[in-house]
Amino acid sequence: MKYIDEYRRRELVTALAEQIRQESRKPLRIMEVCGGHTMALRRFGLHSLLPENIELISGPGCPVCVTSRSFIDHAIALARLPKVVITTYGDLIKVPGSTSTLEIEKARGAKIQIVYSILDALTLAQKNPEKQVVFLGIGFETTAPASAAGILKAQMAGLFNFSVLSAHKIMPPAMAALIDQGVNLHGYIGPGHVSTITGSKIYDFIPRDYGLGVVISGFEPADLLQAIHMLVRQREANRPAVEIQYSRAVSREGNLKAQQMLDEVFELRSDWWRGLGTIPLSGMGIKPAYAEFDAEKKFSVTIEPTREDKGCICGEVLKGLKKPTDCKLFGKACTPSDPVGACMVSSEGTCAAYYKYLEVS
Amino acid sequence: MKHTHILLGHGSGGRLSHELITKVFLKHFGKPAGGFLSDAAVLNENHGQLAFTTDGFVVDPLFFPGGDIGKLAVAGTVNDLAVCGAEPLALSAAFIIEEGLPLEVLEKVVLSMANEAAKAGVRIVAGDTKVVERGKADKLFITTSGVGRIMSGAENIASAQDVQPGDLILINGSIGDHGMAVMTARSQLNIGSVVQSDCACLHELCREAIGSGGIHFMRDATRGGLAAVLAELCENRPFGIDLYEEKIPVSEGVRGMCELLGFDPLHVANEGKVVIVVAPEKAQALLENLQFHPLASGASIIGKITEDHDGKIWLHTQVGGKRLVDLPAGEQLPRIC
Repeated sequence: MKYIDEYRRRELVTALAEQIRQESRKPLRIMEVCGGHTMALRRFGLHSLLPENIELISGPGCPVCVTSRSFIDHAIALARLPKVVITTYGDLIKVPGSTSTLEIEKARGAKIQIVYSILDALTLAQKNPEKQVVFLGIGFETTAPASAAGILKAQMAGLFNFSVLSAHKIMPPAMAALIDQGVNLHGYIGPGHVSTITGSKIYDFIPRDYGLGVVISGFEPADLLQAIHMLVRQREANRPAVEIQYSRAVSREGNLKAQQMLDEVFELRSDWWRGLGTIPLSGMGIKPAYAEFDAEKKFSVTIEPTREDKGCICGEVLKGLKKPTDCKLFGKACTPSDPVGACMVSSEGTCAAYYKYLEVS
Repeated sequence: MKHTHILLGHGSGGRLSHELITKVFLKHFGKPAGGFLSDAAVLNENHGQLAFTTDGFVVDPLFFPGGDIGKLAVAGTVNDLAVCGAEPLALSAAFIIEEGLPLEVLEKVVLSMANEAAKAGVRIVAGDTKVVERGKADKLFITTSGVGRIMSGAENIASAQDVQPGDLILINGSIGDHGMAVMTARSQLNIGSVVQSDCACLHELCREAIGSGGIHFMRDATRGGLAAVLAELCENRPFGIDLYEEKIPVSEGVRGMCELLGFDPLHVANEGKVVIVVAPEKAQALLENLQFHPLASGASIIGKITEDHDGKIWLHTQVGGKRLVDLPAGEQLPRIC
């Protein structure tokens, strides 16, 4: 665990916090876009180390949280078809659809299987040629290359009983939409895992067009404090820029092979984000050349009309306009074991992070 | 009750279990005198005080690294008596067996129970057997009950009534081992982990602790982990708890698995760990005494009782931050014991 412990050394973290306190004068509102960052900040109690003029706001970077109810409804409709086996990462199973969840459908007898990788889904398709295996592809640029690789692999192996229902999304348009929609920020803590794939170049337009800094951060306490320190310096000097704190994993160009795979299999389309609405060219649909592996085109199903839950303020939480504790359902009608909103389901959801790691006030 | 049906989370030892106990069981059975729920009930008899407890075991799989359901069933009940300051006198065991269970498996479990009981110096003196149709129960469930005699000087331990600000909190070793051992045995993750369950009888350790004096409370940190024990201890009491993350022992294997799987070691189950609240002037001596015991070589003082933040646990994180610790929300791992 040495590779982690080095970034958790108390002296290092305390020194970074002290530097931030000394140098930060102007008010600084930063959004951590990524759910993994939200979780780490709260788990280590880093908020308690920051001066009062720095405000951290949680953003829309939890894939489960921004996924629409209609996607869950679509998956449920597919699950009800005979011969279909739905394969999914575990997080999605409790997410409420309009009138049901995959968990409830499973209890009612639908074939729904939790997998740890798309490769498990491919193996399942190989072993059960009489079944149709559908993989629920969610996530940003981080997980999308795996879905692309899965589709390419299925094509090579001639596994025509395998398909993907894609809700994959890309991050930059959402970061722009937040500012366009009036969320008041001075900078972003940029997502670490997304950026390993995309490189830092995809954020260049943010300082250029919006005058905001982006610092791409790792997930350990020293990483996050160093990233915040870099944003403090940008703000104090009034020089917003794209910088990489997480340089042990992220480069300017990113993982070119993964990017090639994404280009090969996916094309950009408009997509709906919880809290942000429809954002042009923010979703990844499967290209017509791979239609055989696209569950949207392969199966014709009737999807029930979408119903959002009244009282749940997930949308505003995802935009950083409200805190989970502002929600009247939080911790009462909505808990991780019995969630109302998606933000309480995912281990990276802002509400789940608040619930699990309460802040000392 | 919020839910109309029982969820797995109701058996987790966390917030839902707590709600079930309060709103269903205590509502009809009545609350214990003093209101505090200890691991064993204390009964006043002519010749002193008796402790009485019962526990059901449904762990899946039946055999896991470091233990099995039989060892767990004996140690669990012995520990519930021991942490209340009682010397175990006798146990009973009831078996619910699924039709078709190989006799060999049953006998292996029973032998393990006999061995563990012999080690604890307690006899299993009564029992019951029920067999249910295949598919109506999973292999084997065991319920053990136990009775013990409260040691002199240990009368107030079960009720936690002597706990006060300034007291220190000690644990006898690393946390999370049992939960992660069962997880490894069960999961299809193919994690080549060497985590062993800490399942063990703690009566000798508890006896030694009581002997060294100043013990105000003991509880074994089973389901819900260390966090659940401490949350229940300070709930509605006029004191809070300060915990120091860097003092809490967690083995490398458990830390690695928790990082990988997203568990908080504070919430992961143990079966051989006791949390001891001790008067500050007795704490160092207790720590030194216990460290000679094989089940407490990793003992550590992990926190203190404070008059600040009543009813709340503050965790001072390893990096110098602060956050609250609460009962685990829902089920972490079903059928862990």
